[in-house]
Amino acid sequence: MKGSLLLRAGVSAWVTAFVALPLLVLVVRGLEGGPAAFWEAVSGPAVRDAVGLSLWTAGLATAVNAVVGTCIAWVLVRWDVPGRRVIAALVDLPLAIPTLVAGMLILALLGPQAPLGRLLDQAGLQVAFARPGIVLALLFVTLPFVVRAVEPVLEELDPAEEEAATTLGARPVQTFLRVLLPPVLPAVAAGAVQTFARSVAEFGSLAAVSGNIPFKTLVAPVYVLGEVEAGNTAGAASVSLVLLALALTLQPLAHVLARRAGGGRG
Amino acid sequence: MAERILRKPAGASRLVFALVCGWLTLLLVVPLLALVGAVVQDRSEVLRTLLSAEARNALLLTLGVALACIACNGVFGVAGALVLVRQRFWLRRVLDALIDMPLALSPVMTGLAFLLVFGRSGVLRPVLDGLGVEIAFAWPSVLLATLFVTLPFTLREVALVLEEVGDSEEQAAATLGASPWQTFWRITLPNLRGGLIIGTTLTTARALGEFGAVLVVGGSIANRTQTATTFIHAAIEERQEPAAFGMALILAAAAILLLLFMQGLDPTQKRSPAHGD
Repeated sequence: MKGSLLLRAGVSAWVTAFVALPLLVLVVRGLEGGPAAFWEAVSGPAVRDAVGLSLWTAGLATAVNAVVGTCIAWVLVRWDVPGRRVIAALVDLPLAIPTLVAGMLILALLGPQAPLGRLLDQAGLQVAFARPGIVLALLFVTLPFVVRAVEPVLEELDPAEEEAATTLGARPVQTFLRVLLPPVLPAVAAGAVQTFARSVAEFGSLAAVSGNIPFKTLVAPVYVLGEVEAGNTAGAASVSLVLLALALTLQPLAHVLARRAGGGRG
Repeated sequence: MAERILRKPAGASRLVFALVCGWLTLLLVVPLLALVGAVVQDRSEVLRTLLSAEARNALLLTLGVALACIACNGVFGVAGALVLVRQRFWLRRVLDALIDMPLALSPVMTGLAFLLVFGRSGVLRPVLDGLGVEIAFAWPSVLLATLFVTLPFTLREVALVLEEVGDSEEQAAATLGASPWQTFWRITLPNLRGGLIIGTTLTTARALGEFGAVLVVGGSIANRTQTATTFIHAAIEERQEPAAFGMALILAAAAILLLLFMQGLDPTQKRSPAHGD
């Protein structure tokens, strides 16, 4: 009994020192200037533009990956296709690859020095150091979330229902839309919320590919870095709090949706 | 669950399969090949920059920090999982929520939070000055920031296993007269092996690749606080593309090896960090 109390105290101390203390300091520092200073730090045109850019690029990446991720999960769970293991491994790749390296991959393919990048540039489509590059990087790093959320739910659905639909004359697409999709929608939503949260917080890949041009390609986390480097840690902390508040709303939402989705160990 | 008989795709589903393959190839495979191509094309320059003292020191720091994180998180992961799964107390829910915080925070914010604790005007500055310890912009900051971002992985994986195995074996051991230590070393720890292996793999991948937090709190000082990732960042800023691509390829190769290792594990143990509840 004494041992378990000691263990409890040790774990609590470790979490307090490593997580609670830094977070608390961040919150205090972000608010210590009072409401006026906080509002000034988070309402300037550069901040608003950076947060806006983060939100809409994240929304776009989320919409695309919700559709693509559901399709990938469907292929992985339902069909006997060649290379299923390769597809499964590829889907996990963005979780293993450092996000800065993900950015470097995009630069290697579409950067100003790369042949394909130059070609597209001449055709008038700039990807690296422009907004398409931001969306592309987000699509890369958030690819696994919807797939991994939908897969276990899809696995638990009885394929007999789909077979019945097919026997009664439904085409595969009809079966997908009418029979399969409704029960997996909460899982898709859970994955989408995770995708969105990760996209808004994404830093490494965007630091490499976005070019970080204020009012054009500067996303919120990179804006925070700029403020830190400029010595404005209080302002950076204030903007961080806004992002933190968003993350703290999205995380429980993803949890609730995942629980509703069931599947896995549900 | 029994392995289900999968059907061959036909008609429209074949089209979906083709689109999925095309998408994955364009988004993941082609950029990887482009990176390999860029490195091969500039191989002599890549080799020269990667053999420099800065590159070597950056890699050594990254490896050292990753090893320290594996060790610390191994101990904390098992201890934390035991507390969260087996014990019931009023702080438990708070701890449970706090442990997921590193996953919600943008890495830059993590770096900023640590800077506000240990930095020039940080809250712990007087204490650190008194002790004569330098943390911000020195290697300990890199270690602390990486420990923060890797905190949940081992713990969560071990906790999942712990919930599954229950405690009947341990109760049997205790009934048969085993001491708590004997029970822990002979029963609990061996049972947790699967979770520890996956958690450690995830920790390694994240530790090798952490960028935002170590950039902010470490400052990317060559030969001192520069890690493999901040080396890449510095190389881009100095327009040393071969160095950046070369180091990126090393990290990508390490990530792929870790991924293949995970894929090779028993499929019933396989889990991804994106896994929900």
